[in-house]
Amino acid sequence: MATNPMHQFEVYRIGPEIKLGAIDISFTNASLFMVISSLAILLIFNLGSKKNSLLPNKVQLLAELSYSFVSKMISDTAGSKAKPYFAFIFSLFMFVLFCNMFGMIPYAFTVTSHIIVTFILASFIFIGVTIIGFMKHGLGYLKLFVPSGVPAVLLPLIVVIEIISYLSRPVSLSVRLFANMMAGHTMMKVFGGFVISLGIVGGWLPLSFSVALTGLEILVAFLQAYVFAILTCIYLNDALNLHH
Amino acid sequence: MIKKIFFQSIFLSFLFSMEAFAAESGGMPQLNPEFWISQIFWLTITFGILYVVLSKLILPKISSNLEIRKLQIVENIEAAEKQREQSELNIEEYEKIVQNSKGEAKIYFKQAREQLLKSINLKKDALDKELNEEIQKAESEIQELRDKAPEKINKIAVETSADLLHQLIGAEVNNSSISAIVDDLSRRKMNEYYGN
Repeated sequence: MATNPMHQFEVYRIGPEIKLGAIDISFTNASLFMVISSLAILLIFNLGSKKNSLLPNKVQLLAELSYSFVSKMISDTAGSKAKPYFAFIFSLFMFVLFCNMFGMIPYAFTVTSHIIVTFILASFIFIGVTIIGFMKHGLGYLKLFVPSGVPAVLLPLIVVIEIISYLSRPVSLSVRLFANMMAGHTMMKVFGGFVISLGIVGGWLPLSFSVALTGLEILVAFLQAYVFAILTCIYLNDALNLHH
Repeated sequence: MIKKIFFQSIFLSFLFSMEAFAAESGGMPQLNPEFWISQIFWLTITFGILYVVLSKLILPKISSNLEIRKLQIVENIEAAEKQREQSELNIEEYEKIVQNSKGEAKIYFKQAREQLLKSINLKKDALDKELNEEIQKAESEIQELRDKAPEKINKIAVETSADLLHQLIGAEVNNSSISAIVDDLSRRKMNEYYGN
């Protein structure tokens, strides 16, 4: 079992089975890491915002740098109209980032390596953005599917393609994060297994690969959180400032 | 050779482990819907709480902290700017004062010089006047002396010539005749001696 690289993704119940009617909502290892990530975020940002000194300490600096980082990301991609959604995108970015990063701890569970989690997040974003778009522009939001400057002959085809691409947004958004996390962790597990099976003689090469992969995966963990957040900003930008 | 064996063994072990996975696992655990609802439920709860706490409590605080800091820095810069302006004003004032006092000093110097010159001139005039008076007095004395000199000389000449004649010839000569000769001679020689 230990050599199975997919074993790390298994979800199991922690504590008693909790049932809400017929639905099983037991506390699992996935739930545990969601709670840990959220608590860690809240702890760090609570510490970082507690007192305001002119010269910030390390935690405060971290919190404020994250704040301005996300703030800049949103204003760069979606403009000033996206300000009311700052808190959501900030929470989203931090949640995904912390789940990814906690997954890098050996024997930890990676929440974002589960398609259902990323898909729910992406669907929520998709539905929310669509609702915002229709609220801002009414039926004019449908102009998003009709790019300007396209010959009339091609228009039916383009509109169909645009609609498909719009509808596939939640899928691409969720699968991108999930696949990246799953592939990275599987690869690390496989190389880790090689270290054991090749032993003291040949294990050094996969071990060095493992070390390098760990660095790469930490980069990917950050990058995917960033990509997830910035794509959300781009979708939000489409809904807020109709360009087509 | 060793290298070849090494890579072969890696390749073989990879194959074995892949076979082992295929035998053991029933696909990806992610696609097992057993805990999907549980994950959705807990995701909603944790993310919801995270969002609410961040947006209502923490983010406004960070935002206000940043705002306050920015304001404070701007205020400090403004205060520094004000002080700089003040110091520039002070320098200007100082330079004005220095300029004024320089001008004043010049005026004082000029005044003092004029006064000094005036007093010197006054003293000089007084001295000149005194000198002129002395000179005039001396000149008049000289003139007097000069006027009187021929008479006395004539008198002396008459007495001397009378004495001489008395000793030479032992005869008393009338003073008036000698004085007539002396007068005549002196009148003739006067021009040679005095040039007038």
